[in-house]
Amino acid sequence: MEKFHTILSSAVPLPIEEVDTDQIIPARFLKATTREGFGDNLFCDWRFHPDGSPKADFVLNNPVYSGQVLVAGRNFGCGSSREHAAWALSGYGFRVVVSSFFADIFRGNALNNGLLPVQVSDSFLHAIFSAIEANPKAMFEVNLENQAFTIISTGQSEHFEISPYKKMCLLNGYDDIDFLLSLKDKVASFEQGHEKVLIQ
Amino acid sequence: MGKTLFDKIWDAHVVTQVEGGADVLYIDRHFIHEVTSPQAFDGLRARQIPVLRPRQTVATADHNVPTRGQHLPISEQLSRFQVEKLTENCTEFGLELYGLGHHYQGIVHVIGPELGITRPGMTIVCGDSHTSTHGAFGCIAFGIGTSEVEQVLATQCVLQKKPRRMRITIDGQLQQGVLSKDIILYIISKLTASGGTGHFVEYAGSAIRSLSMEARMTICNMSIEMGARGGLIAPDETAFDYIRGRAFAPQGEDFEAAVEYWRTLYSDEDAVFDTEHRFRAEDIEPMVTYGTNPGMGIGISQAVPDVPAGSSEQTFQKSLSYMGLHSGEKMAGKPVNYVFIGSCTNSRIEDLRLVAAFVKGKKKADNVYAMVVPGSKQVEAQAKAEGLDLIFQQAGFDFREPGCSACLGMNEDKIPKGEYCVSTSNRNFEGRQGPGARTILASPLTAAATAIAGRIVDVRDTLN
Ligand code: SF4
Repeated sequence: MEKFHTILSSAVPLPIEEVDTDQIIPARFLKATTREGFGDNLFCDWRFHPDGSPKADFVLNNPVYSGQVLVAGRNFGCGSSREHAAWALSGYGFRVVVSSFFADIFRGNALNNGLLPVQVSDSFLHAIFSAIEANPKAMFEVNLENQAFTIISTGQSEHFEISPYKKMCLLNGYDDIDFLLSLKDKVASFEQGHEKVLIQ
Repeated sequence: MGKTLFDKIWDAHVVTQVEGGADVLYIDRHFIHEVTSPQAFDGLRARQIPVLRPRQTVATADHNVPTRGQHLPISEQLSRFQVEKLTENCTEFGLELYGLGHHYQGIVHVIGPELGITRPGMTIVCGDSHTSTHGAFGCIAFGIGTSEVEQVLATQCVLQKKPRRMRITIDGQLQQGVLSKDIILYIISKLTASGGTGHFVEYAGSAIRSLSMEARMTICNMSIEMGARGGLIAPDETAFDYIRGRAFAPQGEDFEAAVEYWRTLYSDEDAVFDTEHRFRAEDIEPMVTYGTNPGMGIGISQAVPDVPAGSSEQTFQKSLSYMGLHSGEKMAGKPVNYVFIGSCTNSRIEDLRLVAAFVKGKKKADNVYAMVVPGSKQVEAQAKAEGLDLIFQQAGFDFREPGCSACLGMNEDKIPKGEYCVSTSNRNFEGRQGPGARTILASPLTAAATAIAGRIVDVRDTLN
């Protein structure tokens, strides 16, 4: 996994709530057997007409907006557990998703793929949208080390939560498997004392 | 202080804790399917490591498979490739596969319970959010992403932050024509699509206790639709009777010993939940959804509401315009051309029996295409043995072969753009059943009655 450094970027606004993973990447694109290429179909049905031409009114097709940060309404990533949603977002070029609320499985999937979910208060989310509305090129700083998200133009900043373990993983580019593999002996001894009916 | 059922099972599976609060959770059973597993196997190959406990993982092909002509090669190339990849991976890593053509094949959340692989007290994961279904047996079952599938294959563990505990109690007697699907749609409509986030839900109360295992599975299945990690129900005689004698259940003395252990699995009287909700069974009507998430549901006698508190006008209007509906409109009476009876929510033998009993001697409306997709090969065989297939045929319903089918439209089974489909599945997201398709979630009875009438009906009016 790529190490996560501090990011200074403009942001793409998606002020819609309950964005489910079927919208992020529709099921018909889940037939690939690798992690690559999902970015091309990110938000496919919102982004393209059935004939493949771009829908002018969708934010990703508006050249005014760009950046590594996606800002969305509450309960982002609900629905299916498909990790393809995280692959599509990072494949497209996002490194951070900001919302006032994330669905649990999506949050885990994002973290496992070096995509940082930043959960902020409703009022701060509103402030971010306003900053982008005032200036589509408004810049934001995402500092994982300090767990701070800052609106550069106004200087407003909010602290965000992340587990110390996940933070360490992102900063160093480690993944969970390396860690779990190192527990092999512990797992074996756990199995010794485990209720037999459960594993047979 | 006493412990909740959830805590009892979770705590018995913690191998060790990580600084900062995550637990290394041991996984008893792991189910995999063709869509969310290929990248995980690539990961194992890249690290040159085997599957740690191959006997604890079971595979099936369900999401992509055609529901007609399953004896033939899959004609859609990408689907065929993905299903073949699963076969190759299972062979290479020594995993049991109930693939296409196998008499145990079916939707992963239907086959686990019916084979007796799903049992009380277990931890169960699958790269699929509806893994919550298995919780009906009193186990901790939840969906995971592909990176976690790889973790489980490699180490039989996942790293998880322990969720909070929620209890939802439903006491009382259900009205006639109201099914467990209506109970869960009602709960989600009250708590919203994110009301359970961060929680694991225990369903309790006399209305839950009186349900069959199939009906309990329908409820636990949709726990994820209110954002909960999973849902579970304390195992009782109904559960033990269901498991007894199934292909992979413990047999004879082993079974008796297991039951003794399973009887210890309940929430203690003085256990404390982080969140509690109570509902009365009598208040629940047959439910339908009107919007594009499962929280947007109403009783059949009600009208599409105005923007509910807590949602934004923009999101709500976007949803209604996708559905071609407006506030104040009634769902009952709306003409519908498609009916889908299937999915891991409602494709078990009990669902098919209910539908068959209702449509027997009746005919579907001319405007309707109605499909019945059994959840597994075993459900299909049982339905045929009971002559349900003939009843469906005579009623003009299309009885197909098992798979996820129009629940997510990864195979050919899609609903055309702009069409309404009354569906027994679990998600009404935009495009879920095909680009532009408009899904109305309902119980199998409401779906069957809609197919006969050609429009949405209050099934209570057609009973008696
Ligand atoms: S039936 Fe639908 S919800 Fe269930 S596993 Fe298949 S695709 Fe998922």
